[in-house]
Amino acid sequence: MDLSVNIGNLRLKNPVMTASGTFGYGEEYLDFLDVSQLGGMVVKAVTSSNRDGNPYPRMAETPSGMLNSVGLQNKGVHHFVQEIYPRIKDLNTAIVVNVSGSTLEEYVEVAEKINELNNIPAIELNISCPNVKHGGMAFGTNPRIAAEVTASVRKVFRKTLIVKLSPNVTSITEIAKAVEGAGADALSLINTLLGMAIDAESQKPVLSTVTGGLSGPAIKPIALRMVWQTSQCVHVPVIGMGGIMNTTDAIEFLLAGASAVEVGTANFINPAVTTQIIKGIESYMQRHKVNTVKELTGALKIK
Amino acid sequence: MSKVETTRIPEKKLIQDFTVIQNIRLNARHFILELQSPDQLPGLFPGQFVQVLVEHSPSTFLRRPFSIHEVNKENRSIRLLIQIKGHGTETLSHIHILDKLNLIYPLGNFFTTGDCKKVLLAGGGCGVAPLLFLAQELNKKGIRPIILTGWKTKADIFEAEKYQQYGELLITTEDGSEGEKGLVTQHSIFRKEKLDFERIYCCGPDPMMKAIGKISKTHGIDCEVSLENTMACGFGVCLCCVTPTIHGNQRVCTEGPVFNTNEL
Repeated sequence: MDLSVNIGNLRLKNPVMTASGTFGYGEEYLDFLDVSQLGGMVVKAVTSSNRDGNPYPRMAETPSGMLNSVGLQNKGVHHFVQEIYPRIKDLNTAIVVNVSGSTLEEYVEVAEKINELNNIPAIELNISCPNVKHGGMAFGTNPRIAAEVTASVRKVFRKTLIVKLSPNVTSITEIAKAVEGAGADALSLINTLLGMAIDAESQKPVLSTVTGGLSGPAIKPIALRMVWQTSQCVHVPVIGMGGIMNTTDAIEFLLAGASAVEVGTANFINPAVTTQIIKGIESYMQRHKVNTVKELTGALKIK
Repeated sequence: MSKVETTRIPEKKLIQDFTVIQNIRLNARHFILELQSPDQLPGLFPGQFVQVLVEHSPSTFLRRPFSIHEVNKENRSIRLLIQIKGHGTETLSHIHILDKLNLIYPLGNFFTTGDCKKVLLAGGGCGVAPLLFLAQELNKKGIRPIILTGWKTKADIFEAEKYQQYGELLITTEDGSEGEKGLVTQHSIFRKEKLDFERIYCCGPDPMMKAIGKISKTHGIDCEVSLENTMACGFGVCLCCVTPTIHGNQRVCTEGPVFNTNEL
């Protein structure tokens, strides 16, 4: 049985990755699972310099999901290169760095620095974070700007360039085509949906930032629809995510057209869920007499 | 002033099914679950917490964090003191003996113990949760602490006999129905000109911890508080439970939940 998939020039041993912001730098999970079993891991967003993130409270539990407004808290690319990279570079899985920024120059600067790291085969360009005042989602909701930042990063980043798309748009396919045209090797979707939570008793918003990004099973139907639509209209591989909690969810994304999946919020509740999903995909393939997982991509039967 | 102890041999975090062996209702809003592990317990320290998976509650998506309230190594069991706040805790309050509960543990740092002899434990309401385990451990080191607890009214008081076993129990009630009338911070021990505690440990509502921190500072006493921020994961990756410190935003689940008030 062959579980391997290709994302541009990047070969993953299986289609299961972890989503940025839900897996730290991988180290936090070493007690719970063997990280080398993963197809890949997308580590926490990196920006050019230290970011404290948004004030507490940053989280609200919602029906079948949660809102967060962490706001890209990280210690900056220099810290990543000097302190974190040496500790994780030999984890024996595809390590993808989520690259974020407030300006086009910042994206380029971070991507350039990550390009020099031998054991980082790919970046995920985050033009879809809903929780920062400047940049983030602003780059990912306008096709022209999305294409511009993709093209600028493409010039300095020589390895696999994945662009992470925002669902907070009228037409995700329009953005997808623009980003593909600007040189992206793959697309990952969806980032969180912009939402909010209110405490009726105190008559105040739950999050300090009022709005935040919704994740979890609540967004899965939207994510499936967007993966399906997007994979129909681009030629590059699509990495699907949004509310994947178990094997069945992951299979659904593959059938909708994803070549690989990212598991996010589920890691918070079951830190070993990704390795369980990998085993689950194997048994699904046995049950359905599928030899290579690639056959499942886009295998949705619409009569 | 010492920084809260964070250097230790890190215990591996476990995901494990425990068996419910006791479910004790204390009053309308509080109950205790005693949970037994199939294996020997790892090293557990007062202040640490567990993340409980709540099943059969459709509106409960995330795990629920609870301080370790008591540990019985021989019986491989731990106790959790739980306040009913929403659907998740309500569902847990109806759990049956021999049901399984899935835990991620041990999580977080812990109170510094062993270097001070004369100490005060101050807790308000459900904030007493980690203090019983702390008193237990202090006793093992030959320290008998003063334990000051604050309640709304006499009927709310629970487990007084347990605290008396480990230390000298002082009580305040808001209506004066038991002990001294008023809030924890209004107790007469704080009216002394010079408090002679070497350290104060505190867990309770935010205003109480702030007030105790202030009193400690005035008297030059080391003070450790256990914070409770909402969190998604409990093991350091979601970055939702941060609190501002002199070192920047720190995770209550990992750099905490115990912080020295000098760092906040």
